[in-house]
Amino acid sequence: MIRNVQLNSVAKHFGRVKALDDVSFEVGEGETVALVGHNGAGKTTLIKLMLGLSRPTSGSVAVLGQDPSAGNPAVRRRLGYLPENVSFNPVLTGREMLRFYVGLKSESRRSVDGLLDRVGLTHAADRRIGTYSKGMRQRLGLAQALIGTPRVLLLDEPTTGLDPELRQQFYRIVREMRDAGTTIILSSHALNELEGNATRVIILNEGKKIADGSLEELRRIARLPTVIRMRAADGGVQRIRDWMGNRPDLRQVNGHTIELDASPEGKVAFLRRAAGAEAPFDDVDMVPPGLDELYAHFLGGRPSA
Amino acid sequence: MNMIALLAVKEIREGLRNRWVIASTALLATLALTLTFLGSAPTGNVGADALDVIVVSLASLTIFIVPLIALLISHDAIVGEIERGTMTLLLSYPIRRWQVLLGKFLGHLAILAFATLIGYGVAAAALAATGKSIGGASWFAFATMTATSVLLGAVFVAIGYLVSALSRDHGTASGVAIGIWLLFVLIYDMALLGLLVADQGRFVTPGMLDPLLLLNPTDAYRLLNLMGTAEISSASGMSGTIQNAALGSFSLVAALAAWTAMPMAAAAFIFSRREL
Repeated sequence: MIRNVQLNSVAKHFGRVKALDDVSFEVGEGETVALVGHNGAGKTTLIKLMLGLSRPTSGSVAVLGQDPSAGNPAVRRRLGYLPENVSFNPVLTGREMLRFYVGLKSESRRSVDGLLDRVGLTHAADRRIGTYSKGMRQRLGLAQALIGTPRVLLLDEPTTGLDPELRQQFYRIVREMRDAGTTIILSSHALNELEGNATRVIILNEGKKIADGSLEELRRIARLPTVIRMRAADGGVQRIRDWMGNRPDLRQVNGHTIELDASPEGKVAFLRRAAGAEAPFDDVDMVPPGLDELYAHFLGGRPSA
Repeated sequence: MNMIALLAVKEIREGLRNRWVIASTALLATLALTLTFLGSAPTGNVGADALDVIVVSLASLTIFIVPLIALLISHDAIVGEIERGTMTLLLSYPIRRWQVLLGKFLGHLAILAFATLIGYGVAAAALAATGKSIGGASWFAFATMTATSVLLGAVFVAIGYLVSALSRDHGTASGVAIGIWLLFVLIYDMALLGLLVADQGRFVTPGMLDPLLLLNPTDAYRLLNLMGTAEISSASGMSGTIQNAALGSFSLVAALAAWTAMPMAAAAFIFSRREL
């Protein structure tokens, strides 16, 4: 596998603040890696290092085999970047803006129409960007990132502010790029939308890499419980407690609701019993472990179990 | 080179859409026309060529207005793009930071040159249309004045970039730009005059005056234009200073060029080391 992006014990300090601390990973061709973490976890700093906009305090970064801060034009032409909250000069039209960026990458002006079409902006191409909605600006941002079929795409919080339909469209394009062999690194808050789109997830916290693997691997390693929430009619809660054998880990939420943390095996066992006719609840919800629980786990302390 | 041209063209296009071009052209044209017709009324026809009077008036106007326009369009060029987030995207492209700076410079200078040429050209054309006889030397002085006005604009565009490269935020850049304008346009000359009066020639010799005048680009510009011809220097009332100043046109133009090149180089150096 060709390693398009390599980070080797990278640290970045801003004064006393350690924005990144000993981060290493490699990303190969055709991989989609999600950088996940809270605000301030170091995602944007990491992307700026890969772009060569800042230099690591220690360690080394290589993109397409070269130090990105050297600014080799041949490497930059094969690199696409979508910044967080992308902004453009509002007085220019979408087509003018894209023409400018196409020119900077020494690509043919004729590619502009194809790019606009690909992100669904053809109808608004000759309107000023000032009149665009947030979603349209984001699509224009994606269009400029796709100029010249990049081999590495860096997308910083690409789906914030997009409605669900646009997110679907966005990930469809990302999958097309990945299938064509592009290395994609995207940062995100939302773990749920990465399902099926990211081949790997890297969790960052306070500048440190705390987990690295596919979502399934992370869930398996974390062994996080699913919360089972049962609701009963008046006075039914005691019947649920009896039915569950008065387990000590049952949590009373209110007069009608009771909760239980279940391991993957426990969940299956519960479902088998619950399918029986004598199950004493009126309704049941299963809440799988979310991003917060995964963080909490990889930070060292299990959340509430 | 192609990259620089792309940036310059984008900058000009934005200037046209933002109405910077039309606003600065209209401002200069209005003021120039006002000076042409009101300014020549009190002097009447007293020997001095009508265009010479205008060259003196417009040169004084340039010193106030052109640096102001130049600083207004340039002080935001770097820090503003960084704040709006457009700079990170631009720098992810195959373009060097000095190319970004030079492209912007050429674009901004083109806007300023257009405004000055049209604004002052309208005044001269209006004067010629009234049928006054204008000598070749006067036209030359006018052309020199217009060209050096653009050069003075280039100086302050470069200074604006330096301010922009150094500033942490847009507000600081605006404040510093206004301070620089006040310093060079008003305070420096007043302080220098005060010094000369207080000193009574004991320490500040005429030989020391030259470097002191070159330390302010607006003074270099003033000397360059107001000593242009004998007629202009008598009309401007600058003959006293000029006789004492041994500076030739060449060294004055060189001073203005240096005042452009040095802030540009400093801005490029600081910008290239700045982390985004």
